[in-house]
Amino acid sequence: MSSQLLFAFYIFVLAGFLGHHVISKVPALLHTPLMAGTNAISGISLVGSLVAAGAGWNETSTVLGFVAVTCATINTVGGFLITDRMLRMFRKRPGEPKPAQH
Amino acid sequence: MIEAWVPLAYLIASVCFILTLQFLSSPKHARLGNLLGSIGMLIAVIATLLLEEVKFYQWIIPGLILGSLIGAAMSIWIPMTKMPERIALSHSFGGLAAALVGVAEYLHRGGTIPRFAVTALGFECFFGFLTFTGSLMAFGKLQGLISGAPLTYKGQNYSNIAMFFSAFVLLVLFVLNPGQGVFLYTIGGLGLLLGVLFVLPIGGADMPVVISLLNSYAGLAAASTGFALGNYVLIIAGALDGTSGFLLSLKMSAAMNRSFGNVLFGAFGTGDAPAAGATGAPAINARYNQATVEDATEVLQAAQSVIVVPGYGMAVSQAQHTVRELQQALEARGTSVKYAIHPVAGRMPGHMNVLLAEANVPYDQLFDLDQINDEFARTDVVLVVGANDVVNPAAKTNPGSPIYGMPVFNVEQSRAVIVLKRSFNPGFSGIENDLFYQPNTMMVLGDAKATLRQFVAGLKE
Repeated sequence: MSSQLLFAFYIFVLAGFLGHHVISKVPALLHTPLMAGTNAISGISLVGSLVAAGAGWNETSTVLGFVAVTCATINTVGGFLITDRMLRMFRKRPGEPKPAQH
Repeated sequence: MIEAWVPLAYLIASVCFILTLQFLSSPKHARLGNLLGSIGMLIAVIATLLLEEVKFYQWIIPGLILGSLIGAAMSIWIPMTKMPERIALSHSFGGLAAALVGVAEYLHRGGTIPRFAVTALGFECFFGFLTFTGSLMAFGKLQGLISGAPLTYKGQNYSNIAMFFSAFVLLVLFVLNPGQGVFLYTIGGLGLLLGVLFVLPIGGADMPVVISLLNSYAGLAAASTGFALGNYVLIIAGALDGTSGFLLSLKMSAAMNRSFGNVLFGAFGTGDAPAAGATGAPAINARYNQATVEDATEVLQAAQSVIVVPGYGMAVSQAQHTVRELQQALEARGTSVKYAIHPVAGRMPGHMNVLLAEANVPYDQLFDLDQINDEFARTDVVLVVGANDVVNPAAKTNPGSPIYGMPVFNVEQSRAVIVLKRSFNPGFSGIENDLFYQPNTMMVLGDAKATLRQFVAGLKE
């Protein structure tokens, strides 16, 4: 087993534990924004897509990369926007000024 | 030169993502966290574009523009009631992106890929394609394009498990012969097929578990991409997404009293169905009290305390704003109003919370199962708006019921229960609800939104 792979596993396992720790503290109230937010974050596969679309490996890879870039961008841009739209709605008291919406 | 700084940019992005989740622990700072996450993403993207490897932009720029336009459109105009559909669609995009990157990477490097990267590619294609079709199926079911009822056939679980196993065998073969692309493509094909077959037997009421699980698979696909490319920010983000989805699906399955294995193998609503017919037998002959809107309004007028229990029916009839109006009308009379939100109410985790937040219900009036379940006994009126299984006392009393053991609200302990329901048919799950036959239950049939409007008008008189 190469040390690079082992290191990658270290990171994966530790990030998993960290995720567990952090996510257990998210209240049920915010479970939908959590899902939309993690979905935006996992749009990080955009990073891989950009390389596939821009490295000029071969035509098929470039086209697949293009589709992947589009899909991943939909998720990142759309994910962060919709999470924000949802979070903006959560308010504690009716008296609080409503953030501008329209 | 710049190249050396890219890993640092990825590290910053990773920290931003972790902070995003950390800040989600309270609605106060959650928006800030989300902003940090988007900044992290921007940093990661810019850093990637500066990589020496990225030479041509003629496909990247249109992709970025097209994706941004579609993403923004899908986020700005979509109604909140359509959130489960929206989330399901984005899981399918995430899965597809990861899988396509895997295929592109393989087409580029072919048999020269080191063994561990080959393993990762296999996982990536399998989970990516499975998430893609599985989420599309979930979307179709939510949207009503495909029948929402569970579709089952004989030996379904066995054939699914057999396919799962063959995908694993193919993966081993692929790792041993990385030059044989056919193995990878067959794994991908099996992923596509299994995605469809996994979601086929799942009914609408089980959607919260499935959507969470697909969320987790999308994360695993992204993490596999990270392993294949040796990119740590992908591994971290994928691991975070994977654990989040996994934790949510565990929470959802616990809230439905389903086992862990039941979640993993997607065997929803198939194993424990035999009791379905038997449960209602004694109750069917029992009478239920059908009440008029006027009767129910009078009960509400006399109440000092009201707890509203919303369910998927509230989303269907888009009644959240009217519920809020009713709350205001009650509060104007000095009646206290609280909301009881079950973890699996609706079609995805937190579905009801988002709808009520949209209708400007302050979130400190929304309570979890544990927070509010002891209060029903001290409450005058419980108003059930389109919820069914989560208020079925059979879950506590009838060991023969398919939902026996599921944690439910103790609504029957309150003085009076008003149930708003479209018609007197058993709910989506087809399970008879004992609550409807309790002597203190009033059934008000009809469209929830219209009924609520009449309540509001009656209370304001």
